[in-house]
Amino acid sequence: MKGLSPQGRQPAVLERDHLQLLLDILGKRGYRVVGPTVRDRAIVYDDLTSLADAPVGWTDEQDGGTYRLKRRNDGALFGYTLGPDSWKKFLHPPVVRLWRAKTGGNGFQIIEEDEEVPKFAFIGVRPCEIHAIAVQDKVFLNGEYRDPSYEARRQALFIVALNCGHAGGTCFCVSMNTGPKATFGFDLALTEVLEADRHYFVVEIGTELGAEILREVPHKAASEEEKATAERIVAETAGQMGRTMDTRGIKDLLYRNYESPRWDDVAKRCLTCGNCTMVCPTCFCTTVEDVTDLTGEHAERWRKWDSCFTMDCSYIHGGSVRASAMSRYRQWMTHKLATWIDQFGTSGCVGCGRCITWCPVAIDITEEVRAIRRSERGR
Amino acid sequence: MTAFALERQARMTGLSDPMVPSPFRVQRVRRETYDTFTLELEPANGADGFPFAAGQFNMLYMFGVGEVPISISGDPTKPQTLVHTVRAVGTATQAICKLKRGDVLGVRGPFGNHWPVKEAAGSDVVIVAGGIGLAPLRPVIYYLLSNREKYGRLALVYGARTLQDLLYKPELEKWRGQFDLEVEVTVDTAATSYRGNVGVVTTLIPGVHFDPLHTLAMVCGPEVMMRFTLRELEARDVRPESIFMSMERNMKCAIGSCGHCQFGPNFVCKDGPVFRYDQIEAFFAKREV
Amino acid sequence: MTMETLERVLAEHPFFKGLERPYIQLLAECASRVRFDAGEVIFREGEPANLFYLIRRGKVAVETFAPNRGPIIIQTLGEGQVLGWSWLIEPYRRRFDARAVQLTRAIVLDGECLRGTCEEDHHFGYQLMKRVAHLMDQRLQATRLQLLDVYDGVRS
Repeated sequence: MKGLSPQGRQPAVLERDHLQLLLDILGKRGYRVVGPTVRDRAIVYDDLTSLADAPVGWTDEQDGGTYRLKRRNDGALFGYTLGPDSWKKFLHPPVVRLWRAKTGGNGFQIIEEDEEVPKFAFIGVRPCEIHAIAVQDKVFLNGEYRDPSYEARRQALFIVALNCGHAGGTCFCVSMNTGPKATFGFDLALTEVLEADRHYFVVEIGTELGAEILREVPHKAASEEEKATAERIVAETAGQMGRTMDTRGIKDLLYRNYESPRWDDVAKRCLTCGNCTMVCPTCFCTTVEDVTDLTGEHAERWRKWDSCFTMDCSYIHGGSVRASAMSRYRQWMTHKLATWIDQFGTSGCVGCGRCITWCPVAIDITEEVRAIRRSERGR
Repeated sequence: MTAFALERQARMTGLSDPMVPSPFRVQRVRRETYDTFTLELEPANGADGFPFAAGQFNMLYMFGVGEVPISISGDPTKPQTLVHTVRAVGTATQAICKLKRGDVLGVRGPFGNHWPVKEAAGSDVVIVAGGIGLAPLRPVIYYLLSNREKYGRLALVYGARTLQDLLYKPELEKWRGQFDLEVEVTVDTAATSYRGNVGVVTTLIPGVHFDPLHTLAMVCGPEVMMRFTLRELEARDVRPESIFMSMERNMKCAIGSCGHCQFGPNFVCKDGPVFRYDQIEAFFAKREV
Repeated sequence: MTMETLERVLAEHPFFKGLERPYIQLLAECASRVRFDAGEVIFREGEPANLFYLIRRGKVAVETFAPNRGPIIIQTLGEGQVLGWSWLIEPYRRRFDARAVQLTRAIVLDGECLRGTCEEDHHFGYQLMKRVAHLMDQRLQATRLQLLDVYDGVRS
C-alpha cells in the first residue's frame, strides 16, 4: 500500500482545465483511467478520458433509501459525494474466470489464462474509499494465500484522491476516522476549490510517482492562502456529517448482543435483497461456479460476487445455517462492525453510508448500533 | 505474455495456485454403506503422494460438475495414497460416488488445521464419532496407533444410525481386537436379534475408561450430536480446553477469501475445521451463526 | 455375595452415591443377586413393576412390540446402568419389555418393599426419587437425540 507520507512535499495548485492534461498523461503512460461519470441518473465509476464526461455541475442528495442527482449552480467537476459504485469493481471484479480446463492427458489439463493485468488510474477516490481499499488489502494480501489478480491490480494502481468538499446525507467518515481528508494511500490528492473568478485544485503529493506525473502537468506551488482555503473546505465538511456512529467498545457491544430483540425488529424490515453488500466497498464475499460445455470436455471456473444475504451462502447438507432473515442481517452487521476486527485488525466499515442510501427500506446501520446501545442502558 | 500470466503459469506448473485443482486417479473404490464410498487416490501427474495432517480436508472437483470440501480419511503416516470417504448427498458428491478405478478427480488442498495428535502425547485420548464424523477422525486413530507408546488409554466411541451405516467395519473389528484401544460402538436402531449396543452414542460416554484430568477428547459428527456429547464429557469432568471438535460450514474457496465458511469471527477453512471447545464455546451456543 | 459385599457394591454404585449408610444397609436387605441367560425375558410390558436392577455385567435390551414391525429395541443398557423405575411411579406397571441380550448378572432390589419404606420415611423417599428423576432425565435426553435421527440429515 502506498503509504509514503506527503510530508516534505509542498502542495501544488492545478488549474481546472489542466486536470485534463493529467488524464492525458496517465493515458499516454498506459493507464486505464477510470473515474466518476453520470449514467442512469447516478454517479458511477467508468472510463474517464475527458473531463467533459465528469459529473460537471452535478451533486447528489442522499438519505436512507434515497439517492437523487441534482444540478448545482456552479461548474464543480466533483461536486457529489459517492455513488453506488465502489472501486472494488476494478480491483476485485464482480465476474472473473479463474481457469479453464479440458479433458485429456492425465484426466484433465488446465489451460493458462493470458489475462492482461490492467494498469488502473483511479480519479476521484474519496478518503473513505482509500480506507476501504486498505481494508480489502488486509483481506486479500495479508493471509497465507495472496490473491494474485488483486495483488497485480493493486501494485499497478495510481490513485488520485479527492478530498470532500461537502458531506453526504448518509456519510459518517468522521465517526470511523476515515475522512473527510485523505492522509495516506494516494499518489496525488486533490481538493477542489471554486471561487468567483477561479476554479482550481490544491494538490498534495503522496508518492514519488505522483510527483513525477505532476511534473508533466502545468502547476505551481500552492500559496499559504490557497492551502488554507483547502483546509477550511475540508474542515467544514467534517462538521456536516449526515450520520454518526459511536464506535466505543463496539466489538464487545455486538458480541454481547447476539440475542438482542433488536435483530428481530430489523428482520421485520430487511428484505435480504443484498443491496448493502453490493454497494459496500469492503464486502468481499464471492462464490465459485463450475461450468462445462455440452461436450463435457471443456470446463471453466468462474468467481462471482456473492452476498451473505443469500440462502446459498450458508447452505450445508439439507439446509442453510442462517435460514432466517434475522440471522442473515445479524451476520452482515456483526461481521462488518465486530468480527471483522478480530479477523483483520480493523473495522470493516469506513462510514461511507452507501448501505443506508441504497437500502430500499432505509435500514440505517448507525441507528441499529444506537438502538442496541440504548437497549443495554435500559437494563 | 504479461508478468501476471507468467507468474500464474509458474505457479500452476508448481501446482501451487490454491484455486487450481490437480488431477488424481482413482486406484480403488470401497463401498462402505449404501450411500457412502471410500476412494483411494494417487496423483495423476507423477507426484510422490499427498502429505497431510489428521483433520485437514481437500476440495474435491468433479470435472465440469462442481467442488466439495471433504476431510481426508486416510493414514497420515502413509501419504502415498490419498483417501477420502464421501457420502452421496448432492450433485457433486453423487458424481464422485460413481467414480471407478482409473477415473480422474480434481484435488486442491490440503486445507485447514489439524487434530492435536502431538499435543495429546502423554494423555489419554477419547475419540467420539457420529455417523460420517468417523471419517475425519480415522487419520487420528491411525496416527495414535502407530505411535502407541506415546499415549495413555485410547478409546473410540462411535455411533451410527443402523448397523448398515457403520463405516470401516473391518477396521473397527481389527481395532477392537488390539487390546490396547477401547472400542465401543452403538447404533440408533437395530433388529431385535442384534446383540450390540442400541442407543445414541452419548450413552456410551459414561462407561468409557479414561482419566478426565489427563484426557484429550476429539469429537466429530452432526452438530446436535456434538452438543450432547460435550455435555456428557463435561459430566465426566473433561475440561473445555481438553475437548476438540471439527466444524463444518459452506465452503467455496477454502482459503479464507470467499467469506462463506464464517462461524463468528472464525473462518472454518483456515481457523478450523478443528477447534478447541473453550475457544468457540460462546459462538457454539448461539443459533444460526 | 455376603451382606457386607452387597452393601459395598450398592454404596459404590453411582446410582446410590451419597446415600447415608443406614439406607444402604436397608437396601442391602432388600437386594439379592440374579442372573439372566442370553435371550431370557426379564419382564414384559404391562406386568406389575416391583423389582429393579443394577446391571453388573452383560447387556439388556429395553424393547417394545409394534403390530406391523415386531419387536423393536429402544435402547440397550450395560454394565453399571439401572433397569426399571416404574416400581416407584404409579401405577407401578412395566411400560416396556426387557430382555437379556447376553448373559447378564445384576443386583435385583425389591421395589415393592422399598415403596413402603419411602411412604414411611420421606427423607429416604426423597433420596430415591431424586435419583430416579436424574435417571429419567438422562434417558429422556438420549431418547430425544435418538428421535432427531441426526445422521440422516438429508432425508429429514
